[in-house]
Amino acid sequence: MADNSNGDGNGGGSAPRKVAIICSKGSLDMAYPGLILANAARMMGIEAVMFFTFWGMDVIHEKRVDKLHTGIVGNPATHMPAMLAGLPGVEGLATKMMKKKIDDLDIPSVRELIEMLDDAGAELYGCQLALDMMDIKEEDLLPQVRDVISAMDFFDKAEGAQTIFI
Amino acid sequence: MATATIAGQEVELNDDGFMTDSDQWSREIAAEIARDAGIDPLTENHWKVIEFCRMDAVEKGTPPGVRRITKNAGVSQKEIYALFPKGPGILAAKISGLTKPKSCI
Repeated sequence: MADNSNGDGNGGGSAPRKVAIICSKGSLDMAYPGLILANAARMMGIEAVMFFTFWGMDVIHEKRVDKLHTGIVGNPATHMPAMLAGLPGVEGLATKMMKKKIDDLDIPSVRELIEMLDDAGAELYGCQLALDMMDIKEEDLLPQVRDVISAMDFFDKAEGAQTIFI
Repeated sequence: MATATIAGQEVELNDDGFMTDSDQWSREIAAEIARDAGIDPLTENHWKVIEFCRMDAVEKGTPPGVRRITKNAGVSQKEIYALFPKGPGILAAKISGLTKPKSCI
């Protein structure tokens, strides 16, 4: 097992540990994994950089962040008959059920988790190309987003990091 | 599992360097673990966190995650990261003589 006894998340290595998480999905169920991973990293002193792109832009969009939905069509893990998932109202119900579960377990909302991450020193960035493609303005993004950057900028910021694509 | 001497006292540590018996803990041990992690001295706010962690671990049977601490111990998310810059999720528990929390938030 890695020696983490100094508590700095370095696993005994010399360079500071770092994760870079690319969030490309905009559904509620795909927003959480990246945010939780970044939060866990910060909790153990690992630097965290997050890059939101394509549908992931909804997660950092001021007007959309509280309205993320659970994707159920084409997802066999919902254990629901495929033809049922596409019926009107079913997806809304699934979203409602998931939000209730999240609330019952005292898991923060996506907006709150983003505020927590910023307070914890995680760096959140939006993708310039996705912004242009989706006609989003920089001022539409949450204040915790530090900057809008290119993919090349992201690689600079992610240097030496474990990179995770979601 | 290993035995180590911290602040002149023998304590049991697990592979991750966390104390396995929180009854072996003392304030002096806390201060020495903190010093090793670059925190010196432990301030009033550190003690607020430590006291909450120890009390909560007894009550819940497991060490609290960061969110639980910030919701109950009277320190904000920003403050707890300033108190334990190398990772409050690990260090708050370690300094409190507890094992690594299981919570991800």
